[in-house]
Amino acid sequence: MKLELRFFASLREALGISQETIAIPDHVKTIADLRNYLIERGNPWDDVLADSKVLRCALNQQMVNANTSLQDGAEVAFFPPVTGG
Amino acid sequence: MPIKIQENDFDINAEIAALRKGDLRVGAVVTFLGTVRDMNDGSQVKAMTLEYYPGMTEKSLQEILDQAKARWEIYQTLVIHRVGPLLPEDQIVLVAVTSAHRGEAFAACEFIMDYLKTAAPFWKKEDTPSGARWVDARVTDEAAMARWK
Repeated sequence: MKLELRFFASLREALGISQETIAIPDHVKTIADLRNYLIERGNPWDDVLADSKVLRCALNQQMVNANTSLQDGAEVAFFPPVTGG
Repeated sequence: MPIKIQENDFDINAEIAALRKGDLRVGAVVTFLGTVRDMNDGSQVKAMTLEYYPGMTEKSLQEILDQAKARWEIYQTLVIHRVGPLLPEDQIVLVAVTSAHRGEAFAACEFIMDYLKTAAPFWKKEDTPSGARWVDARVTDEAAMARWK
């Protein structure tokens, strides 16, 4: 399955990347799986995406929770809680 | 239901005039104008930069406005949110709602702002005397949104 990843704000800066296309293995099925898969890349991913960090995630530009299933070709974004207004 | 995300400043009088022009049903226009403070969390703010998620931000604002329209008897709604570099005293955000009577417009405007604060993807980075920092989300904003559930 292929995904289009997007990172914003403090995550974008800490990871040094704003977007990337990745192919993920079959066992990565949900948002939580994807987060763990990226954490396995090691520094800085393990720190930036650590379970202790409060993050938000969007699938195809809709806010979703960690149990949401991934879809082939989806745009998946990780970002910190929003601070507009 | 216009939604505008822009770097440029806006003229609140011109925006209100356009929003209610020709609509003789309107008896109330409620607006919220958010501006940049020079202090936040006990630290001086010299400048800030606003980032957003092109595409998703517009969609989430549209959802917020649709919910407000479904919930209250209101006519027109407007959200303008600035992005990019801003300075203290600058205008950041304008929400405007028109209706026949003030009660509906007041409630809808507050609802839209509370939702925008917790659900629309915008992020502020402040330039302070001790360096640049990303603003942390406030628990009080989540509490404000929870009131509407």
